[in-house]
Amino acid sequence: MTTTPLLEIRDLHTGFHTDEGLVRSVRGVSLTVARGETLALVGESGCGKSVTAHSVLKLIPMPPGQITSGQILWQGRDLVPLSIREMNRIRAREIAIVFQEPMTALNPVYSVGEQIAEVVRQHMGLGRRAAVDRAVEMLDMVGIPDARRRVGDYPHQFSGGMRQRVMIAMALACEPKLLIADEPTTALDVTIQAQILDMLQDMKERLGTAILLITHDMGVVAETAERAVVMYAGRVVEEGTVDRLFSAPAHPYTRGLIRSIPRLDGGQGRHKRLDTIAGSIPSQYANPPGCRFAPRCPLAQADCLAAQPPMTSPSADHHFACFHSVPEAIAP
Amino acid sequence: MAVFLARRLAIAMLSVIGASVVLYAVLALAPGDVFGELVSNPGIPPDVIANMREKLGLDQPIHIRYVNWALAMVQGDWGYSLVNRIDVGTLIWQRIPATLLVVGSAQALALAIALPVGVLAAMRPYSVFDQIASTLAFIGFSLPTFFTGLLFILLFSITLDWLPFIYRADLEQTGGAWVWAQLRQSIMPVTVLALFQAASWTRYVRSSVLEVIRLDYVVTARSKGLPERVVIVKHVLRNALIPVVTMVALELPVVFGGAIVTEQIFRVPGIGSLLISSIMANDTPVIMAVTFVFACLVILFNLIADVLYRWLDPRIKLH
Amino acid sequence: MAGPSHQTTLTVADEPRAPTSWQRFRKHRMAVVGTVVLGLLVALVLLGPLIWNVPIDKIDFRARLAMPSAAHPLGTDDLGQDLLARLLYGGRVSLAVGFAAMLVAVVIGTLVGAVAGMSRGPLDAFLMWLTDLFLALPTLPLLLLIIYLFRDALKGLVGPEVGVFVLIIAVVGGLRWMPVARLVRAQFLTIREREFVEAARALGASRLRQVVLHILPNALGPVIVAGTISVAEAIIAESTLSFLGLGFPPDTPTWGRILFDAKDFLSIAPHWALFPGLAIFLTVLSINFIGDGLRDALDPRKVR
Repeated sequence: MTTTPLLEIRDLHTGFHTDEGLVRSVRGVSLTVARGETLALVGESGCGKSVTAHSVLKLIPMPPGQITSGQILWQGRDLVPLSIREMNRIRAREIAIVFQEPMTALNPVYSVGEQIAEVVRQHMGLGRRAAVDRAVEMLDMVGIPDARRRVGDYPHQFSGGMRQRVMIAMALACEPKLLIADEPTTALDVTIQAQILDMLQDMKERLGTAILLITHDMGVVAETAERAVVMYAGRVVEEGTVDRLFSAPAHPYTRGLIRSIPRLDGGQGRHKRLDTIAGSIPSQYANPPGCRFAPRCPLAQADCLAAQPPMTSPSADHHFACFHSVPEAIAP
Repeated sequence: MAVFLARRLAIAMLSVIGASVVLYAVLALAPGDVFGELVSNPGIPPDVIANMREKLGLDQPIHIRYVNWALAMVQGDWGYSLVNRIDVGTLIWQRIPATLLVVGSAQALALAIALPVGVLAAMRPYSVFDQIASTLAFIGFSLPTFFTGLLFILLFSITLDWLPFIYRADLEQTGGAWVWAQLRQSIMPVTVLALFQAASWTRYVRSSVLEVIRLDYVVTARSKGLPERVVIVKHVLRNALIPVVTMVALELPVVFGGAIVTEQIFRVPGIGSLLISSIMANDTPVIMAVTFVFACLVILFNLIADVLYRWLDPRIKLH
Repeated sequence: MAGPSHQTTLTVADEPRAPTSWQRFRKHRMAVVGTVVLGLLVALVLLGPLIWNVPIDKIDFRARLAMPSAAHPLGTDDLGQDLLARLLYGGRVSLAVGFAAMLVAVVIGTLVGAVAGMSRGPLDAFLMWLTDLFLALPTLPLLLLIIYLFRDALKGLVGPEVGVFVLIIAVVGGLRWMPVARLVRAQFLTIREREFVEAARALGASRLRQVVLHILPNALGPVIVAGTISVAEAIIAESTLSFLGLGFPPDTPTWGRILFDAKDFLSIAPHWALFPGLAIFLTVLSINFIGDGLRDALDPRKVR
């Protein structure tokens, strides 16, 4: 590794101050995204993956939110101490984001063209007319039919899938080096999901944008990402190439996630119920010393509750945090 | 837009008719003879009264009387003020500018206070600024205008002797001196009215901005690297104003109520003080006409608010 | 204002339990202060005259326009009448008008709202049109008009004091029912579709039974809030009328009426106007704070 990664997060801690105390949503996350790659950040809702992503652009509400420690290195430069004014030069121009809810992420009182043109004018210094042309070009690129005519339409005149295309067009309009896609297909119909993912893949290839894909869906990970980071209760529990993770998952939580993917090939027997992970994620108020997954873990022993297991690396491209598990394929 | 305007105008016309029906019903239901007072007044010749009786057709059934009255109003025949010895229409036209000037400036001032204060309070909810602003807003709209008016007179006219407490329509000054005198005498009535409005609008703006500021599209706007000022004004305030317009429209009757009190305290020669003096003098035609004008003003400004609302919110255009 | 309650969307398994209405109300410091102040004011006007038993109409020209002193803690007016006694007595009337007018508004509003909410179709549409029409009427001019037209007749019928009292309550209440009607109707529309009413309907409960047992108690919260605010509005309305000289006669010294009498003596006897004004202000402020606290307590969805 001689080149600096595009994005490197080092031991990030993000919390929210509430009446009941500090909610520690992210508890020491580290990850890297290389130029042009797609990294998936996977976990159940509430595991801190969205907070991690929003921390990168400092989009968490502050207060009550706060990055308590850690570094977010963007091409080697730490973003954590930057002011909002300085962040505004990075947002959209270098790192853009697409959100989960296309129905609410667009401002209802401005036309989609206006909303795309706005970001282009802000960062690319284009005039009004050129900015609208750029908006049309982007809308066309993300597959909105008849883009020239629709550029003046308002968000409520588009379907959910089309709105997400608009959001992606807006995010990519300034050709950022990294696109954070925060559950971009979760709110959409299954058929639309695949279209959006294909389109994202296509855009990535055309523009060379790296993608940090936040998802809870291992199916989406398998389809789109090269590498994946699995998070549980604010921590990274496993990290590796997608091939590696699916062929020989190590952490019991990752194994659970993979087992709970619905399969069409009948590999689990036609009448077998889909596997689930028993229990629910732990409280974000509590701070027990041991492994956060231990209460739900089939392999848990006394030492799991006493100390946090360190990252172990069976190979250069695979790391996981568990005392008792070894990487192996899931029995069919 | 044309269809909308036509429909909205039709509704406004219906409201004007509805209001006139209510007013006329109140008048008709009133016990006794509205002209009883006049009959016993030796200063008014009996034929004038007989004439008015005939015009109002007091012996006919009520709906006929209403239609006659309404037709006369439409034709601009608003009756004759027996006290002021002048056409009611003319009288009201003389008095309306003062009312609109005071109410208009007060609304502008209230807006100039409420918008920035409400937005700043909502941007830092529960901060010291927010707490002070909210407490002051509570005090502001718990202070009735008549009491604020008296306090102002006590402080600025009697104790400090800075401002005149009687508003005069016939200032003798000319040119720059006239402007200065006009400004000086307008300060108190306008401020009294504006403070009350600003207090309640600040609350509306604050709660509306607070609701909008955490919506997803505001995060989107921030993610676009727009300066905070643009995020707040273009993305937050524009949306937050939509419900505020409705609330403001709903409060218009209160605004004109406050105008009556203010005009009375500072003797502003508008239609509000005209209403009070006419009631004191039992001048029924003027009372009816002024009340009706107030109703029309409220309906007119509601119409304006609706058009504004539609202009602010493109989503409505679909329906 | 209320204490901070930053809500994060990151709720998880064992988060702290949601507080009850009472706990939420108690957290609203100003609402608690308002309750205490209003309680004191009510106690004062109810019990005060028993202790401070100076007659309200004892004329004493030697003590006219006297500043506050031991003999007259709040001073006297232009006839030398004791202001404390008059304020205490007038407060009874002002507060009684406020509460009674609120009751009128709530009863009419609940009836209109309930009927509109239960009956879909033309009746609902008509009632809502009526509500909107009344909302657009300029309240104060209309109040003045009605009082002007009906005052003498009612005076003749039941005597000046009772006549004006009844008239003011009816008119102030009768012009303040619209917000309650809207609230009740809106509550009806949402609650009507909820499961437990569905269940009651399935069990064959009659329409009236549905309303009384299932929907009304649930619509109560917002109505209580609106009712509280309308007490303050009614007190202001009565004071305004009296202040304009069109409310209670001089021998019924409501707070607004005292202000009306005092306003021409502002330069020589400011205390005469200040005390009744402060009484109105304190009462209205307390009620508004209580209303705000109740909104927090009874309507937690409301964003503040």
